[in-house]
Amino acid sequence: MSALLSVKGLEKSFGQVVAARDINVDVPQGQTVGIIGANGAGKTTFVNMITGHLTPSGGSIQFEGSDITGLPSRKIMRLGIARSFQVAQVFPSFSVFENLCAATAIARSGSSVVGAALSRFVSAGTSADAETALDQFQISRFRDALASTLPQGVRKLLDIAMATAGNPRVLLLDEPTSGISLEEKFGLMDVIMGALKARGTTILFVEHDMEIVQRFADRVLAFYDGTVIADGSPAEALGDERVREFITGTLIRSRDGKLNAGRASHA
Amino acid sequence: MTGSRILLGAAILGGLGAAAPFTPLWLISLVTLAMSTGLVVCGLIILWRAGLVPFGQALFFATGAYTVALSGRWFGVNDAFLLIGLAVIMAALVALLVGFLLAQYREIFFAMLSLALSMILYGVLVKSETLGSTDGINVAQASFFGMKPRGPGYTFALFWLALGMVFSAWVGVSAYLGSVAGQLAGAIRDNEIRVEYLGISVTRLVHLKLTISAALAGAGGALAALSISHVDPQMAYWTTSGGFVFVTILAGAASVPAAFLGALLFEVVRTIAVALLPGGWQLILGSVLLLTILFVPEGLGSLMIRKRANAAGKGTA
Repeated sequence: MSALLSVKGLEKSFGQVVAARDINVDVPQGQTVGIIGANGAGKTTFVNMITGHLTPSGGSIQFEGSDITGLPSRKIMRLGIARSFQVAQVFPSFSVFENLCAATAIARSGSSVVGAALSRFVSAGTSADAETALDQFQISRFRDALASTLPQGVRKLLDIAMATAGNPRVLLLDEPTSGISLEEKFGLMDVIMGALKARGTTILFVEHDMEIVQRFADRVLAFYDGTVIADGSPAEALGDERVREFITGTLIRSRDGKLNAGRASHA
Repeated sequence: MTGSRILLGAAILGGLGAAAPFTPLWLISLVTLAMSTGLVVCGLIILWRAGLVPFGQALFFATGAYTVALSGRWFGVNDAFLLIGLAVIMAALVALLVGFLLAQYREIFFAMLSLALSMILYGVLVKSETLGSTDGINVAQASFFGMKPRGPGYTFALFWLALGMVFSAWVGVSAYLGSVAGQLAGAIRDNEIRVEYLGISVTRLVHLKLTISAALAGAGGALAALSISHVDPQMAYWTTSGGFVFVTILAGAASVPAAFLGALLFEVVRTIAVALLPGGWQLILGSVLLLTILFVPEGLGSLMIRKRANAAGKGTA
């Protein structure tokens, strides 16, 4: 099976600091990949390199067989790789519906500036697309609320709904449940995964909660010190000795409020 | 924009046109000049909505004005419509060029860089004998499709031309503001990262907005040049740019017709202020600006929109 997204020997350093080294990952169409790792392990750097937010220092990223390494983010978006953000990125002075209209209108105008100047913002097509997204992500009752007034969970859903407006083949979610209370996390993930699976989107999501990872991921990539130390089914990856020592151990301790206890003992 | 609103606008402008022969000439000239400012402000609204305030829009205004003067002087171009078309194209071309630089900047850097570019043009105009230096250049009376009205007829003809330009700008700018690119102005002001990650280039959107606003400023400059029959470097000076920003604050970015009403109010207030306090008219103008910012921070247009919204609300109740 050929990979939809193929990463080879990916590296990134900021001066003396190596944030990513020798990352090799092939993701086939339709897979849901959970990305785990302690803070600073390189998860977000990995996501940022795939989406063009950061230019890799070395290695290559192939999408559907073509090289996308170092392309600007908007070109990568147009090819079909979208992302959401750890801190939800929405338009605060727009209503939820207008946020979605902006996203669908850009997608419908072919993402070109000339197309955007020649197509209507309010059209039957954009409205219909926006209504569909409201339904799929179950945020219809916030339709006319200003995005700046939304609860955190709804804002996250809106961010992800906007990212899916162009029907991306691959969607990267950077900590979709960060800032969400424990009770709400599973419900939020159910909504997100339900909406995305219906579209057949290939998903990579960064997550700290191992129960969420076990429930929703087909496959887990465990990051430590800038590289992937385990790659397999959730059972395999979470059972890996180094993952337990370096990642899940740290995370369990971090819940008790001692954030760096795990890492400090390995320093 | 609905057909009925276009008809209403056309009727109002048509009414103004029909009233011209019964109006004192000085008032017609004043309104024509105000319309030239209104055209520039129409363009500023497009940038304003994206959170961009150029302090050097006079660059494009003067480009339009000098295009009219020099086309007449060097190439003998005399037709008003052709002159305005050339002015619009030249101003848009200048914006297309400087846009590669300007569209990279935001906020105060955008404002000051735009100011810097306009001051360069001012310097060139002042220093260049060929371009008329500080004295400027006289603009010959234009013809209209071969007709050459003279005396009061010329003032009327320019006024009617101005009304036609106002109508075109109103329809065109309203259409643009309703387009995806126009509506994304608020999105750019809110969150550029999100816009980029929806797959569209913010830099290119800003470049487009700048070019459209420059075309309108060029049209305004051309109308001013024809109306005053003279161009001089003052048209590129920073106080001219400041005047445009002043009117935009007065009018607000909420409504296109407000740009023209604001420009008219500005001309009237300035005329009265100069008559009342010849040496200190800035005192009155400054006070008007202060009161606007204190009491109508969203500009006159916001009052018009609010009134319309109220009327609509009552209609459904």
